[in-house]
Amino acid sequence: MSQDTGTHGSSTSSGTAGGSAGSTAPPMVDVFSDAEPDTALASNPAGHAIAAMADGEPRILTLTADLGAVLAEFRERHPGRYIELGIAETNSVSLAAGLAACDYLPYIFSMAPFGVIKCAEQLRTDVAYNHLPVRLVGRLAGLAMGFFGTSHHAVEDIAIARTLTNMTVVAPADSQAVLALMRSTAGLDGPLYLRVSEGALPVYAAPPRLRHGRWLRLRSGADVTLAGHGMGVGLAVRAAARLAGQGIEADVYDAAYLKPFDETEAVATARRTRRVVTIEDHNQIGGLASIVAETVARHRLSVGLRAVALPDADLEVGLPADLYEHYGLTVDGVVGAAHELVDA
Amino acid sequence: MTGTLERGRPVSAAQLSWRADWIRLETVRLIERAGLGHYTSTFSCAEILATLYYHTLRLRPGEPGWPDRDRFLLGKGHVATGLWPVLADLGYYPRGWLDSYGRIGSPLNDHPNMRLAPGIDFSSGALGHNLSVAAGMALAGRLDGRDYRTFVLTGDGELQEGQVWEAAMAASHYQLGSLVAVVDANGFSGAGPTSQAMNIEPLAGRFRAFGWLVHEVDGHDVTALTATFDGLPGTADGQPVCVIARTRKGHGAARLEQAPQAWHLGLLPAEIQAEVVAEISGRMG
Repeated sequence: MSQDTGTHGSSTSSGTAGGSAGSTAPPMVDVFSDAEPDTALASNPAGHAIAAMADGEPRILTLTADLGAVLAEFRERHPGRYIELGIAETNSVSLAAGLAACDYLPYIFSMAPFGVIKCAEQLRTDVAYNHLPVRLVGRLAGLAMGFFGTSHHAVEDIAIARTLTNMTVVAPADSQAVLALMRSTAGLDGPLYLRVSEGALPVYAAPPRLRHGRWLRLRSGADVTLAGHGMGVGLAVRAAARLAGQGIEADVYDAAYLKPFDETEAVATARRTRRVVTIEDHNQIGGLASIVAETVARHRLSVGLRAVALPDADLEVGLPADLYEHYGLTVDGVVGAAHELVDA
Repeated sequence: MTGTLERGRPVSAAQLSWRADWIRLETVRLIERAGLGHYTSTFSCAEILATLYYHTLRLRPGEPGWPDRDRFLLGKGHVATGLWPVLADLGYYPRGWLDSYGRIGSPLNDHPNMRLAPGIDFSSGALGHNLSVAAGMALAGRLDGRDYRTFVLTGDGELQEGQVWEAAMAASHYQLGSLVAVVDANGFSGAGPTSQAMNIEPLAGRFRAFGWLVHEVDGHDVTALTATFDGLPGTADGQPVCVIARTRKGHGAARLEQAPQAWHLGLLPAEIQAEVVAEISGRMG
């Protein structure tokens, strides 16, 4: 239940949280500006986390391709352990693989569209196939940089990353989940893609306990399942609260683990509710929607599915909040998708 | 073989040339067993492999993960048939493994896999990656305070990959003096002369412009190769080193050198193979 996991917003009354994404979504992030120390935790949790993690783990290094501002805290605390590589992402990934082959734990901080999509082959051939513990922290995933053009969209990254053998793929719901996943994945033997979508609404009051490969149940209900990752979790929690006011009880999951994913829990909730809505700032091909569809089909479950996701189409360009509104990645959108299944 | 093979081990030029020809013969033998393989691009770097592994590199075959070993990355991974017999001969694994080359379950693939074959410091196959990886290893060596060198063998066609120049920039920016790129400049890529596919010359000028110390040598002259590697600067901060080894694709067997492109990849008919083997064996005495 929501209280057990320390969520925000689960008690929010109908219609007040996220009725319009434009009115509640955080502002766009300027990753080229150093965060003030007192706001770093909120605006740059991964950068904040790695600075502290490196205190106790001398093998941790950080690398960026011209994104050093997000590591201002790390660079101050650990000079000499930050490697700037200029605007050269592919070199960054392969070079990190070389460091990892010499027993270092390199964390690459990158913009999601360039870190994963541009470097898919380097991640596959140099990192994943070799089981090397390179960590790619992809910031500004989904449409967080939607204002800048489709070149800056990262809506295929999960589809790519989760097909890479040996790769762990996680998408934290908010700042607290970023902290939790940065810490809990620190000891992974193999590679990691940690996908950060800065447009997320807050979900947790403290770092949640996200276990490897497990989905976290945030609310229990038998009428419809709402499963999201990244910003989708905040929408799911708020949509569930509104649905409850309408007499519809939702099973709500933080599906932060895209790979490995929680097949047991996905099947269990699908059996319970027979209706599953997935919510994600990703193409409807290859992400959580596909994972759930593949899973229920494999288990021969007859389940209604709705994907609150981005269409496989030329996407619009604009302010992230406006884009999410445009594509229905809103509380309204999730509530509507749930009704399509429940009212059918 | 146990213990440490130190740098600069005494070996005569004749012995190194003999070893290069032995690599060629073994390449022919392995390709015959597998049914397919890369001949001419392996032949072009036979002297380079022989000089590095039988003279230059500091190795400990009984302990492949020894932290202070010199690293060697086969950027042009398609010539692994030339490396497999060398690693077996030095004791990284039994010679019997060679017979499994290219088969399902074999640790010896057509391109090297670091997780399967002892002595392989990094996997390769996707051209253009290994110079970046090697820069990472050189950086790691500096962070660890170790004096190992990291060598990468690239083809000249491989240098058409843009990532190589990202790595070249990073190596000089970070003054990775322990990094050595050896270019097997045989003038050909898979489909024909490098100059026709995409001109990559002047190689020396390009590496110098990227901040590297450049040596240009005859890549089949083991005396010149030995002297060049012996003269490498210390491994402290400094310019990374590029050794441009001018070679001939298919060198060492007239039939192959006359048709370097035709025998880039293939399987020699029995009569041509016999001719090639006779020529090389005759030279080896």
